[in-house]
Amino acid sequence: MLKKFLIGEMVLMLLSAVIAMSVTAEDKIIKIDGSSTVYPVTEAVAEEFQAAKRGSVRVTVGISGTGGGFKKFCRGEIDISDASRPILKKEMDSCKEQGVEYIELPVAYDGLAIMVHMKNTWVNSVTVADLKKMWEPAAQGKIKKWNQVRPAWPDAALKLFGPGADSGTFDYFTEAINGKSKASRGDFTASEDDNILVQGIAGDKNALGYFGLAYYDENKDKLKLVPVDGGQGPVLPSEKTVMDGTYQPLSRPIFIYVNKNSMSKPELKEFVAFYLKQAPKLVKQVKYIPLPSTAYKLAEERFAKSRTGTMFGGEAKVGVKIEDLLQMEDRK
Amino acid sequence: MEDIKKRIKNIKLWNGIFSIVSLLSTFVGLVLLFALMTDLFMDGAPRISYKFFTSFPSRFPEEAGILSAWVGTLLLILVTAFAAIPLGVAAGIYLEEYAGKNWFTDIIEINIANLAGVPSIIYGLLALGIFVYFFKFGESVLTGGLALALLILPMVIMATREAIRAVPNSIREASYAVGATKWQTVKWHIIPYSTGGILTGIIIGLSRAIGETAPIITVGALTFIAFLPASPVSTEFPFISFKWLLDPFTVMPIQIFNWVSRPQQGFHVNAAAAGIVLLVMTLFMNAAAIYIRYRFRKKIKW
Repeated sequence: MLKKFLIGEMVLMLLSAVIAMSVTAEDKIIKIDGSSTVYPVTEAVAEEFQAAKRGSVRVTVGISGTGGGFKKFCRGEIDISDASRPILKKEMDSCKEQGVEYIELPVAYDGLAIMVHMKNTWVNSVTVADLKKMWEPAAQGKIKKWNQVRPAWPDAALKLFGPGADSGTFDYFTEAINGKSKASRGDFTASEDDNILVQGIAGDKNALGYFGLAYYDENKDKLKLVPVDGGQGPVLPSEKTVMDGTYQPLSRPIFIYVNKNSMSKPELKEFVAFYLKQAPKLVKQVKYIPLPSTAYKLAEERFAKSRTGTMFGGEAKVGVKIEDLLQMEDRK
Repeated sequence: MEDIKKRIKNIKLWNGIFSIVSLLSTFVGLVLLFALMTDLFMDGAPRISYKFFTSFPSRFPEEAGILSAWVGTLLLILVTAFAAIPLGVAAGIYLEEYAGKNWFTDIIEINIANLAGVPSIIYGLLALGIFVYFFKFGESVLTGGLALALLILPMVIMATREAIRAVPNSIREASYAVGATKWQTVKWHIIPYSTGGILTGIIIGLSRAIGETAPIITVGALTFIAFLPASPVSTEFPFISFKWLLDPFTVMPIQIFNWVSRPQQGFHVNAAAAGIVLLVMTLFMNAAAIYIRYRFRKKIKW
């Protein structure tokens, strides 16, 4: 018995030589990593692309979070980075240092939904100011009851649910509501798993929470969606209101970043072109909201010209329309 | 007299109470396990079909399958076995049969005992540093397999040592008495007699490796993989290929984790079904370990 193991050991030694040889025969492989929010869209595109190419090109999609994805991206380990927010100044510097140039392409919209319990009778809409009162860092330990937010609301405990601090959704929500990314009260139930948030809100009459619209879509029978008043009256998030920019400030574009050095691979060019072309259809299938068709056109142009850099200058911007940004670039 | 009777009664009462408490404790464990398994089977069993094993993951829950996950797990375990078994068994034999009793072997022993208790994510970080960044194996089957090999190495060493220690000293002395060298003694007596115990330890170690997620995530196993690593056998010369070692992969626990975090109910069902498959794989390996131990025990007649 053990003889076989010793032979195995020798085989293992031989392996290293064989490995060295096989590395040279390069495969057609596209490596993608990054945000879990963008993942469903990229996964759908990767699935369709591989089916269309009959397996001659291999695509891998990982989930390291937007920040984790950019780290790998700037080290040149992956071809495409999924991002649920624009690249930050810190990450731009890191990429520059390591000689990685990138093409920033918006691929879809994601709306953040504010949710309460089904039997919650008092909340018919919230304003951004209400949300700020509930979520700002100063609220910690102080705002504990619904009537502290609005006197008309009942004298009942306010139970808050939201994504954890590593999430791009958390980054965006805090930026949009509290004015500063990552600035939030800490005494709420946080989970990286949105299903936990769904269960939490569905099980507590006094709960309020936020997460991606796609998760609401699957749990319509358990949760009550709350219209958000961003200054022009309460608006419910829907495909229409997110796309035309009336659901503000809680809708955001999500992106892919393409490594310019990878553009030498024809299969990568093909993949990105396929991505932008199929996006309107596939984005809807995975319950996200497609960009207006003009925006996809502009993104295609941007990619064709391989225009590098970011439209955001290293900051998170709230409430921008993606086609305005893309056009602004062209005017420059 | 009355006094003694009273004391006996009292002692008997405590005896009864303790046995009831013990019984209840056992039941809590059993009932919980049973409830969990039933829940898993109720959710997942209807989803298990031939197609579930032969399909790649997909955005449609009803079309998604675990092909890339179970193949990845299998290949990973293959690498783990090839790396951990020879190293672990050899180290175990050395420590039991060859090493002298001094401070150096003491240190080694303490270290191995401690390594067995190190959290698995630490092994993942170690593997990330050594195999991914230093040896540049990338996020591949090879890296993942070696990471798991590191993880179970202490278990294999300990199992080997236990098994060797169970061989009576008289056997060694008898062997030396007829003029056998140390190696001959080890080869013809120690190893055959301890194979059952060693194999049991190895299989238990491997069945633990199957369910590990943390080190695999750390070295970068990917979530969406809709292709298989290159085939190890080919029709052209040299017929055997090792390209699969450097291919990206995913494994069962990661696939399950990914499905659980999806919003659609369909994916949760898939996760339960994949959980059943993983459970059956582990049970099967543990059953094999018990059977092997039984077979070898029966064969040995001293």
